Amino acid sequence: MSRKKSEQEYEQTLSFRLRQWLDGTKDPFLDTVEMKPQRPYQETHESALQRKAEKERVIETVFDEEHNAELRIFKKIYRVFSVIFCISLVLVLLTGVSGLPPFGQASNPVNNEVPERYIESGLQETGAVNIVTGMILDYRAFDTLGESHVLFIATCTVLILLRIDKKKGRNSMESLQADDRSHEPKNDVILQTSARFLVPLIVIFGIYVILCGHLGPGGGFSGGAVIGAGLILYLNAFGFARTERFFTAKTYKWMSFGALACYALAKSYSFYTGANEIHSVIPLGTPGAILSSGLILLLNICVGIVVAGTMYTFYVMFRKGGY
Amino acid sequence: MEFVQNFPFICIILSLFSGPLSSILDRKKAKWVNITVITAIGAMNVAVLQFVIRTGEAYVYRMGHFSAPWGNEIRVGVLEAVMAVFFCVIMLLSMIGGSLERERELEPSKENLYYIMVNLLLSSLLALIYTNDLFTAYVFVEINTISACGLIMIKQNGRTIVGATRYMIMSLLGSGMLLLGICFLYGITGHLLMSNIQEIVRKIYSVGQYRMPLLVALGLMSVGLAIKSALYPFHGWLPDAYGYSTVSSAAILSSLVSKGYIFLLIKIFSRVIGFDIVRDSRVVNVLFVFGIVGMIMGSVDAIRESNVRRMIAYSSVAQIGYIYMGLGLGTTAGVIASLFHIISHAATKSLLFVAASGLTDASNDSTDFFDLTGAGYRNKLAGVAFTVGSLSMVGIPACAGFISKLLFAQASVEAVHKLLPALIALAVSTVLNAVYFMKTVIRIYTPEKKEVLAAKQFTPAHMSDQKAKSVAMICFIALNLLLGLKSEPIVELLQSGLQMFA
Repeated sequence: MSRKKSEQEYEQTLSFRLRQWLDGTKDPFLDTVEMKPQRPYQETHESALQRKAEKERVIETVFDEEHNAELRIFKKIYRVFSVIFCISLVLVLLTGVSGLPPFGQASNPVNNEVPERYIESGLQETGAVNIVTGMILDYRAFDTLGESHVLFIATCTVLILLRIDKKKGRNSMESLQADDRSHEPKNDVILQTSARFLVPLIVIFGIYVILCGHLGPGGGFSGGAVIGAGLILYLNAFGFARTERFFTAKTYKWMSFGALACYALAKSYSFYTGANEIHSVIPLGTPGAILSSGLILLLNICVGIVVAGTMYTFYVMFRKGGY
Repeated sequence: MEFVQNFPFICIILSLFSGPLSSILDRKKAKWVNITVITAIGAMNVAVLQFVIRTGEAYVYRMGHFSAPWGNEIRVGVLEAVMAVFFCVIMLLSMIGGSLERERELEPSKENLYYIMVNLLLSSLLALIYTNDLFTAYVFVEINTISACGLIMIKQNGRTIVGATRYMIMSLLGSGMLLLGICFLYGITGHLLMSNIQEIVRKIYSVGQYRMPLLVALGLMSVGLAIKSALYPFHGWLPDAYGYSTVSSAAILSSLVSKGYIFLLIKIFSRVIGFDIVRDSRVVNVLFVFGIVGMIMGSVDAIRESNVRRMIAYSSVAQIGYIYMGLGLGTTAGVIASLFHIISHAATKSLLFVAASGLTDASNDSTDFFDLTGAGYRNKLAGVAFTVGSLSMVGIPACAGFISKLLFAQASVEAVHKLLPALIALAVSTVLNAVYFMKTVIRIYTPEKKEVLAAKQFTPAHMSDQKAKSVAMICFIALNLLLGLKSEPIVELLQSGLQMFA
């Protein structure tokens, strides 16, 4: 042996401990951990056959170039045309952009009476210190109403595509393949410990971003995304068994319905009173206070709920097709 | 302000609200909510139509406490109200006509998602019709795109997923171009409100400023919306999407979704840019050429198709070509012909889809051309409905299609340079239409051989088994004949509507 130190002596050194820590074989809480390599993916015989048959079908019948002259010609033309199309689109856009007024000039057409009023009297008229929030949730609230429904309908489309329904049976082939609960709980200590610290912080930060949307940078869209990210982290750390206690398909349904209905009702009131020149009873409050700027706070909360639900639902659907 | 004037806004909010509402209901209740909402919105739009006809001028409805360039607004005139009423009627009939298929083809637990899609689709169509703001239009174009995609793929088989993917890719390309066009336009005018844009566009056009960006913006918006409404070279997504999705989806997509985009394009032409500037820019000539190519090639593709549903889908390509040809003529008469064709094609195409589903029901669910032999005897009402639809598509007098072809021909007389190609295309396309539609009509009325009948064991469909579909088909036939026989008041409405539209 050409070792300078004996095995026992080496185990005492800092470099050995560093090595252990890097390899993950030593854990401060669990002590020495025996590392097991992950089980390789094993395909069953039937699914392998099916996959092979599908592949052959695609190559031999769908893309049968020998007997399908149309496809053969199409494939050749397709490459040429796609390049030509892209180049011409780029050229058209560049010519268009080169003719636009230069960026950031005070005399540009976009600097007209519209942004002027937004900036100068936005604070008095909407009560929101954050002008952008005042614009999207008060001046142009109808657009944002549509935008939050875009999120809702996007989730519904993902539900159509990916939700595995109980009718087909929990034990059907499809649901078993998509369901990765069998690997849970992972009980990854690093993830769980850090999640325990981070998730409350992330969610509280998200709530702060939503609630202060009218006072500073932030709002429903960004805050909702933060909360959604927190929920996804929690799910990854603790598994579906824990999240199902407070977030199921039913929760999502009622949450998004409540938020969107609230938005629609609140805004209908203000559209109706606005169009019919009726005085709105909603006070604007003192700008800068948390309870100010009329409906904006409520709308921000609604948007935040919808966005958080959407983020979480997307993740859950893409992962296993059910809550 | 009269209470009636609130109705367009209430319609949009009501249909938006009914979307999330359907998500918490079960499928039976969601269906009733859907039918009720469409009916209520149709009724409200009739009231609005009466109101605008009475006052004789369009009015602006402010969405909120801030007036136009700062806040949002919608603008209601005769043309908008007519379109909204027709869209509601056709959507209602398509939903009723396809209810059996929905029950059979969709997963039961996902059926209420279907109603969410339809409700939000209706709200987006209404918003596209009524909005006076380009950015609002874009937001609702997004809703329209996503919900149309959901409508295609909710019947889950390989073909619909492929169709939906293609639709998504093409449609997003179109949306992107529309958005870029709006950005360009905003950059040179500084406004998103349609009437304000037009004011500034006229100003900069007269001094010759920003010619290039204006042309690029116009081109991008036209091409984007043309892609979304399946103008000829961009129709690759269409046959799968219409041919394999469930019947009510196919009917709604072909008759409403693509028409909503065309209506938006007409709005952009006449209200945002100004029709004379569009005509000077020669963008209309490009649309005219593609429209004519589409009229011919769509019919040729339809003749080559042996699947009846896909054949009807290809016929849509040809009909969209007609509409763009009318727009491309660059005259008011051409636009009116296009608008009438939007209505008449919507009424006819949804009739054809529903009738074809009735025929395939009676032929063991086969959509193959030869399997439909004698289907007109097995499902009598569907046979009659299909015949009426085909006659209307070909342009036989007394049907809706005849009037629109007549209007196209009259309109082309005014556009001197385009007269000859337009008339030739109309004639050729009519003959081609007749080839494939009459071929199918003859096929469904050719008696099937006895031994084949015995072998295949068809189940003849009776009216009592499919009351909903029969009602829908009868209403569609009536609508077609109404449009064909009593077209004058509708054309007059469109004319007066177009005057107060710009």
